[in-house]
Amino acid sequence: MTSTVPPQTGTETRTPAPKIRRSRSDRWTIAVMLGLPAAIVMGLVWIPTVFTVILSFARWDGIGGTSTIEWIGTQNYVDAVQAYPPFQQALHNNVLWLAFLFVFPTILGIFLAVLLDRGLKGSRLYQSIFYIPVVLSMALVGFVWQLIYSTDGGVLNTILGTDVDWLGNPDVNIWAVMVAASWRHTGYIMLLYLAGLKAIDPSVREAALMDGAGPVRTFFRIVFPLMKPTNLLIIVITVIEALRAFDLVWVINKGRNGLELISALVTANVVGEAGRVGFGSALATIMLVISLVFIALYLWIVMRSDD
Amino acid sequence: MNRNALPHTWQPSRRTFLKAALGAAGALSTAGLLSGCTGGVDPHVITLGSRLSDKNAKLGVKDVVGMFQQQTGGTVRINSVDSTSFQENVNNYLQGTPDDVFTWMSGYRMKYFADKGLVDDVSSVWQPHGGGFSDSFREASTGTDGRQYLIPFFYYPWAVFYRPSLWRERGYAPPKTFDDWVALSKRMQADGLTPIGFGVRDGWSPFGTFDYLDLRLNGVDFHRSLLAGDVSWTDNRVRSVFDTWREILPFHQPQPLGRKMSEAQQALLNKEVGMLVAGMFVAQSFPAGPDRDDLDFFPFPEIDSAVGSSAVEAPMDGFMMRKDPRNLAGAQQFLSFLTSADAAVAYAKQDPQAIPAHRDADLSGFPPLVQKSAALVQGAGSITQFLDRDTRPDFASVVMIPAMQQFLGNPNDVDGLVRSIERQKAAVFGQ
Repeated sequence: MTSTVPPQTGTETRTPAPKIRRSRSDRWTIAVMLGLPAAIVMGLVWIPTVFTVILSFARWDGIGGTSTIEWIGTQNYVDAVQAYPPFQQALHNNVLWLAFLFVFPTILGIFLAVLLDRGLKGSRLYQSIFYIPVVLSMALVGFVWQLIYSTDGGVLNTILGTDVDWLGNPDVNIWAVMVAASWRHTGYIMLLYLAGLKAIDPSVREAALMDGAGPVRTFFRIVFPLMKPTNLLIIVITVIEALRAFDLVWVINKGRNGLELISALVTANVVGEAGRVGFGSALATIMLVISLVFIALYLWIVMRSDD
Repeated sequence: MNRNALPHTWQPSRRTFLKAALGAAGALSTAGLLSGCTGGVDPHVITLGSRLSDKNAKLGVKDVVGMFQQQTGGTVRINSVDSTSFQENVNNYLQGTPDDVFTWMSGYRMKYFADKGLVDDVSSVWQPHGGGFSDSFREASTGTDGRQYLIPFFYYPWAVFYRPSLWRERGYAPPKTFDDWVALSKRMQADGLTPIGFGVRDGWSPFGTFDYLDLRLNGVDFHRSLLAGDVSWTDNRVRSVFDTWREILPFHQPQPLGRKMSEAQQALLNKEVGMLVAGMFVAQSFPAGPDRDDLDFFPFPEIDSAVGSSAVEAPMDGFMMRKDPRNLAGAQQFLSFLTSADAAVAYAKQDPQAIPAHRDADLSGFPPLVQKSAALVQGAGSITQFLDRDTRPDFASVVMIPAMQQFLGNPNDVDGLVRSIERQKAAVFGQ
C-alpha cells in the first residue's frame, strides 16, 4: 500500500518525506481498510464455519430460536456413514472427480499449451476457441452438455448411432459429467501453462538445444521443472475446482443417481422447506475436513519451497 | 512517473472505495430491514407473495387481483418469485418478513409451517365460506390442531393421459383394470409403440406411479399411514407395490433416469409413446388448439376390486396467511374473496393445468378435459395430495427420490431397497 500523504495544509512545500508520516485520519483509514476486510472474513467465513461445526451435532430444522435445537451428539455423523447411501457414493465421486481433473484436463491443457506455444499459424484463434468454455457459467455448460448427452435427441447418440443413457445410467453419467467439466477446465489450464511457458527464458531452451536435447526431452527435463510455480498453481486450482464442483450435477439431476457430490448433498439437505440443518452441517463439516487436508498439504509444499 | 502526483490520484479513489465498501456492508445488513418496510399498515394495501411464476399463471394471478381491487377498492401488491426459488427459500421467507398472503401447497407442506407457528390460521374465513369446498379439500387444508390454514384455490389431478386421435387410429380403448392395462400395453408393444412414457431425471415424477400403485393395492388408509411414518417400509404390502411396478416396468419408456418429465411429455405430444402417468400439468406442454384438444385421460386402473379405484391423486394449491399480518383485515378480506368460485375460475382460465377448487365453479366455458378432471375429483372416494405433500418434505426429497431412482436402476433388489428406506426414515423422522 502506498503511504505517501498529501500535505495537510496548502502552504507547505512538497518535499519527499524520508519517514512515513501518518495523520489521524490516515491511521483511521488504515484501521478501517484492514479492519473491514477482516470483519467481513470473520463474519462471512469464520463465524459461519464455527457455527456449522457446532450445528453438526444437532437436529434442527432451522425454524425458531436456538431453544428449538436438539443436541444429539455425533448421531448425524453416524447417520451419514451408516444410514445415508448417497454419502459413500459422494465421497467416492469427489475423489474420482479430483483424480480425473488432475489427469485429463491437466495433460490435455499442457499438451495444447505446448502446441500453441510453438507459434502455429492462427494460434490465437485456437487459443480463443479453447478458452471460450472457461468464461461460460457452469450452469450454462450444464445446459449445453445436456443437449449433447440427451438420450432421445442428443447430438452424441445421433452421431454415434448408439443408445447410451449418458445422463441416467449411474455407471456412465459421472464420467460424462466429468468430461463436460474438463471441457471447461482444460482451457483454463492451457492458458495458465501458456503464460508459464512464455515466462521461460528462451536462452534456456537454446542451451538445451545446443546440448543436443530433443523437444520432448527439453520439455520434461528443463521446461517443466522450471514451471514449478505454475504447476503449484494448477494443483491448487484443480483441488478447488474439484471440491467446489456442484453446479453441473445440480443442473443435470440435483446430484442424485450416480452424480452425488458432497456439496450437492449439503445443499439438498439444508436448502428447501424442511431443512435438515444439523445433518447438512455434518456433511459440510466432513467436506471442510477434507479441504483442510489439501490446504495443509499445499501450505506444507509452499513453505518448504520457500526455504 | 511523478511520485508526487500519486497521492492526488490515489486519495479520492481510496475514499470512493471506502464509501463503496461501507455502503455495501450497510446494504447487506439493512437489506433485511428494508424488505420489511414495504406495505406498511395501510389498510388498503395487502401484499401477496406468489410462486405462480409461469407465464400463464402470472396472468391468472393478475386477473384475480384485478377483480379483487375492482370489487373492494383494496390494493394488492404482488411479489412474484420463481417457483423453485420460492420453494427453496420458503423457510427463510417465512421467518423473515413474508407477505400478508402467500401461495402454498396443501398437505404436510402446509401442516409443517402451521405446526411451527409461522402462519396464522384462516378458520375465520373458512367458517362462512367453507361450504364451497369438498370435505377432502377441507381435510387437506386442516392442520394438526384442527384449524384451517389454507384457502383451496386450484388442483391438478393425476391420471393416465393419452392422445385420442392416435388411439382411434390404432383401435385402442381405455382400460378399466390392471390386467386390461397390461394387455393394452402388450398390444402397443407389438404395434411398435412404446406404451408408457417415463421421465425420472427430475426425481419427483415416479411418485405419481408409486402413489397410485399403493392406493390401488393397499388403499388410502395404508398409504397415509405409510407416508406418515407409522408403518414400516419393510411391510410386505410395500414390497407388493414394488413387485407390481416391476411387472409393468418393461412397458415403460426405457432409460427413464436420463429423461426429464418434460421430455416424456414431449414424447406423448409427438405420439412416440401411447400413455403417460402424469398430472394435469401435462396440458402445459400441449400447445393450445388442436393439440391440447387431442389430449384425454383415464383414471389409473383398478388392481384389486376389494380396494377399488375411487381414490384420486389431486394435489391442491392455495393461499396461506403469514403470522401476524401487517394488514390482518385486508388479508382476511382478500382471502374471503379468494374463496369465491369466480376468483378460481378467473385464474383457471389462464392456467391450463388448474381446475378451480370451488365446487360451484362454472366450468361450462372450459374445455372438456378440465370438466372431466373436475368430475373425476368430485366423484373421488378420497383424494391424496402426492407423495411429497403427504409426507415430510425432507423425507420425500432426501430419501424417497434417491430410493425411487435406485429401484428404477435396479428393480430386482426390493428387499435391500425397503430396508434402506426404513433405516433412513428413522434418521429423518428422528425415531
